[in-house]
Amino acid sequence: MQVEQIEPIDLQATGAVARRQAFSRVARYFLLAVSLLGVAILFVLAYITIVEGVGRINLDFLTNYPSRFAGQAGLRSSALGTIWVLGTTIALAIPVAVGTAIWIEEFAPKNALLTFVKLNIANLAGVPSIIYGILGLAMFVRFAELGPSIIAGALTLALMIIPMTVIASQEAIKQVPPSLREGSLAVGATHWQTVWYHVLPSALPGIITGVILSISRAAGETAALIMIGAFSFIAFDHSLNPAEALRDDFTTIPIQIYNWTIRPQEAFRQNAAAAIILLMIAVFALNLTAAVIRERFRKAY
Amino acid sequence: MFSTNEVTEDTDSTLTDTLASERADQPPRNDLIIEPAEPSVFGLGNLSLWYGQKQALGDVSMKIPATKVTALIGPSGCGKTTLLSCLNRMNDLIPGVRIEGSVNYHGQNVYAKDIDPVEVRRRIGMVFQKPNPFPKSIFENVAFGARVNGYKGDMRERVEESLRQAALWDEVSDDLKKSGLALSGGQQQRLCIARALAVQPDVILMDEPCSALDPIATLKIEDLIRELVQDFTIIIVTHNMQQAARVSDYTAFMLAGERGVGQLVEYGPTRELFTNPRDQRTEDYITGRFG
Repeated sequence: MQVEQIEPIDLQATGAVARRQAFSRVARYFLLAVSLLGVAILFVLAYITIVEGVGRINLDFLTNYPSRFAGQAGLRSSALGTIWVLGTTIALAIPVAVGTAIWIEEFAPKNALLTFVKLNIANLAGVPSIIYGILGLAMFVRFAELGPSIIAGALTLALMIIPMTVIASQEAIKQVPPSLREGSLAVGATHWQTVWYHVLPSALPGIITGVILSISRAAGETAALIMIGAFSFIAFDHSLNPAEALRDDFTTIPIQIYNWTIRPQEAFRQNAAAAIILLMIAVFALNLTAAVIRERFRKAY
Repeated sequence: MFSTNEVTEDTDSTLTDTLASERADQPPRNDLIIEPAEPSVFGLGNLSLWYGQKQALGDVSMKIPATKVTALIGPSGCGKTTLLSCLNRMNDLIPGVRIEGSVNYHGQNVYAKDIDPVEVRRRIGMVFQKPNPFPKSIFENVAFGARVNGYKGDMRERVEESLRQAALWDEVSDDLKKSGLALSGGQQQRLCIARALAVQPDVILMDEPCSALDPIATLKIEDLIRELVQDFTIIIVTHNMQQAARVSDYTAFMLAGERGVGQLVEYGPTRELFTNPRDQRTEDYITGRFG
């Protein structure tokens, strides 16, 4: 009987396998480098901004009106303006957007008109914000004669964020499994009862996430509001009465930042950096809240 | 009682040919449908259903008796779940569905123009193949149906009663606030049954209620069915023939003809259908020659 000579088995990577593995390693490191590049640039920008502006942040900075003198200029009116505009935008946009999403996903008859509406919403979500600014200028500031007021700004921003909020809410509602709806309908609940007691609570985390992200977008919006004529020099507080405050001229933090960065004096650069830090913190906090809500509700289901 | 034992000395290949030709469309033969003697809860009259252009049910007529368990059996795709969903108008949820014929529930056609599907579903409950409790507490799961239907009485009492009827009370009474999703599969299915019972229906439809469960849980549910049938009419779809033989009083055997149209082939008391099937196709199915 012939005994086959067994070749010693070599399990180390050699030849073709070694080349393939090397390529895989290179690809991994390349992707890592590319990802880190984006993060690194962000960190560098943040670092530069923080170093420049953090010294400027104090109580005066938050409570002063803007001024020709950089040392005396503050965020008071732009912060109040941001709060008023954002608050009004949220109150206008969110019910409309969420209601639209519920209508599209749950109640609308599935016909050509619905497809047309969905297509248009998707397109509107991609329109640049300055176009919304021009639209707001023509419709709200001029035609409706609201002037460059908080309500005109809020209406413009609401139009801008409604399409993306509708799409995010739609996605959240689509995620609700059909078995949940079937279980509810099978015990004799009406369609609306099913939506209100089961579909919406189940979709709520996704909807809230979408809403918060839209708010972040609106908070940082500059171009559209400049188009409608948001002033840069506001030296008064808005009254607490909406009937008066909504008609006030206004400014917002991003616009204030823009205004300071185009000034020649070096000191205003520092103001701008300080304001950017505060705005970044606010947006970061909003996004973190969205992430926490998402995770917390994901555990429940 | 005669037996249609026409099986000759076929070899395997010709046997499949015979089966194939017998499976082809045949008009429902009235002598294969034994209507129950007891008062009936449902009367199906030439019920046909289309999903868009595709016909799924062809001309089904039968009477379903009250307070008995009726099983619908047949191979996959024969239309038994479709038929079940017609009884409580759950097929309405599917876009493009068209129904012809009638489903008479205590004499009223549930598909008449002025009939409200919510009223129908209040009286005809349903339990699904995969347990689908709401992502809420056990108490809320059971209370929901009663609440939306306007029950104003003592909710805790109604919840306890329903959980007892579903043989789940002893296992969950210590913590009704626990999420329904935290229960085991068998418990979740009994929770779904309790949820259906809380509305105090007349009929309970069960679509393969045990197919996602282990054998022990299955037996518990089968025992539960035999208990519930004293007060409710139960119609159960099952692909498990032994289960149908164990649990049901009447059995209907369905088959998909060519072009996939589901038809009722034979219907009668369970014992008779399983020991002396009248149709060759029925016998082939229950002896496992196909399915």
